[in-house]
Amino acid sequence: MLELRNLTRTLGDFVLAGVNLEVGAGEYFILLGPSGVGKTVLLELVAGLLRPSRGAIYWQGRDISRLPPEARGFSLLYQDYALFPHLNVAGNIAYSLRCRGVSRREAQGRVQDLARRLGVTELLDRFPATLSGGEQQRVALARALAPEPALLLLDEPLSALDPNMRLSLRRELKRAHQETGAAFLHVTHDPEEALYLGDRVGVMLERTIRQVGTPEEIFRRPSDLAVGEFLGMKNILPVTTAQAGICRVGAVEFHVAAAGAGTTQLWIKPEEILLSAEPFASSARNQFPGQVVDWEPLGMLLAVQVDLGECRLVSLITHESFSGLDLARGRSIFVTFKSSAVHCF
Amino acid sequence: MEKPHGTAVSSGSGGGFWFHLVFTLLGSLLLLFVAAPLLGLFFATSGADLVAAAADPEITAAIGRSLVIAMVATMVCSLLGIPLAYLLARKFFPGKALVLALIDLPVIIPHTAAGIALLAVLGRKTLAGGFLAKFGLAILSSPLGIGLAMAFVSLPFLVNAAREGFLAVPERLEKAARTLGASPWRVFWTISLRMAWRPVLTGMTMMWARGISEFGAVVIIAYHPMTATVKLFSLFNDYGLKQSRPAAVLLVLVCVVIFIVLRLLARTGGKGRTRDA
Repeated sequence: MLELRNLTRTLGDFVLAGVNLEVGAGEYFILLGPSGVGKTVLLELVAGLLRPSRGAIYWQGRDISRLPPEARGFSLLYQDYALFPHLNVAGNIAYSLRCRGVSRREAQGRVQDLARRLGVTELLDRFPATLSGGEQQRVALARALAPEPALLLLDEPLSALDPNMRLSLRRELKRAHQETGAAFLHVTHDPEEALYLGDRVGVMLERTIRQVGTPEEIFRRPSDLAVGEFLGMKNILPVTTAQAGICRVGAVEFHVAAAGAGTTQLWIKPEEILLSAEPFASSARNQFPGQVVDWEPLGMLLAVQVDLGECRLVSLITHESFSGLDLARGRSIFVTFKSSAVHCF
Repeated sequence: MEKPHGTAVSSGSGGGFWFHLVFTLLGSLLLLFVAAPLLGLFFATSGADLVAAAADPEITAAIGRSLVIAMVATMVCSLLGIPLAYLLARKFFPGKALVLALIDLPVIIPHTAAGIALLAVLGRKTLAGGFLAKFGLAILSSPLGIGLAMAFVSLPFLVNAAREGFLAVPERLEKAARTLGASPWRVFWTISLRMAWRPVLTGMTMMWARGISEFGAVVIIAYHPMTATVKLFSLFNDYGLKQSRPAAVLLVLVCVVIFIVLRLLARTGGKGRTRDA
């Protein structure tokens, strides 16, 4: 439905380079990447607020690269809401309808309907400056949905909100997507949003799209080290040599289940690494001596960093295990994990 | 944590006593310098003289002429200057610094020189002047010439104030409006100008007031028909201080009243918004 072909835009020193992307009808597509890689530029190109330097944008098979934004009709939801401060909430939501020449009465009905759906009915007479961040973003969402866009563009819509509000608005976005049937192109730096909302995810690094797939695919098989690291995955190791059943990282030999000649990286889930004060016999094929480097809290768990000489591994353990093991920096320790815990790619 | 912070503040304000006193005194002197002549002007003029001046058809005609011509000049310049101010607030182009400097130039050059420059370009014997003459329009000693002189020296106030106003409107709002289906024209009308109307109106007021009070450029181009300032000058020349003072008071009063009314208009508009908001 939406297709970007070799989309390129130069802005001073900044270059968005050759982006190819397809978003299907009614799809929730998440564009995931750190700040400064050109996600906003990409959205503004799709919206028509910027013209591409090279490449083209197709919508339903038609080249719309030269069409002005008002003729494309893709609403854009900004991180800072961008509500019109001189209009009250009702006026903000009705703005697009008035642009389309919808009569005042008809617009009012539509505004009421949208306000009810997004739970902002009580706010209709208020002005944006008096609203909380969450309320503002709900109003902005209602305003963006008012013209019934076939494609909604969302630029970090949850990033400015506090954690509770973020969760509730995230649900709201999911619901809005299901109810409207519109395609959503949502830009974020938060992998969790991708997991929760995305039908498909594109990972954007260094000003172009590196990998596209379902959230499961992306998180199970990052296309390369940089993508994996951006997703916050721990224990991604570059493989020096690989043969059937064995991958070496320097001098450390890892037993792997699904093996691989041709494996260039492996990933060991931190939750699946056991720590023990002494070596022990078990069915787990991988056991290495190491030294505790450091630890930090990670949610309810502790991430303990262990140095194996050639590489470092992170193990996730509970606070109880931590005090049971009596860990200290520099202490000798053993790490143990099954060969099936090692993912090759 | 709190205590040392508190002490720092109180010792700071203690040490600031003399500082604030001296600065207040210095500032007051300057304010006095502005207020004293104006107040003196009012107190030295009897009500009867003022009524007599207000009844003098020549004086009222001159004041009326100044008000109307300056108003028309402001309107015409707004039509040209507000779009320019918007472009200067939004666009980057080579030579922009030069354009900005050019806009400010009329403020700093001597206004009599500005009048002479205008005459040199638009006078009867010039190309442009000859063109105007074909339509029966003359610059010298005409309301048109007076309006041009007023506009030339006062338009920087309009353009700069409007530009500041547009700069304060986040561009993101305009972009959001575009994606909601508004054309650039509609965005300008419903977002940019709608949000910046207060500084724009302030700029127009300043331009109007500055136009009314212009003398140097006007007197070069037209001694007759007389504007208020030229009339004042001729009264002073012909009859001296005592005779010209009531007319001066009248003109100052007119300017101050316009100024206050429009300021209040802009202020209450703004206040209403914040109260709503």
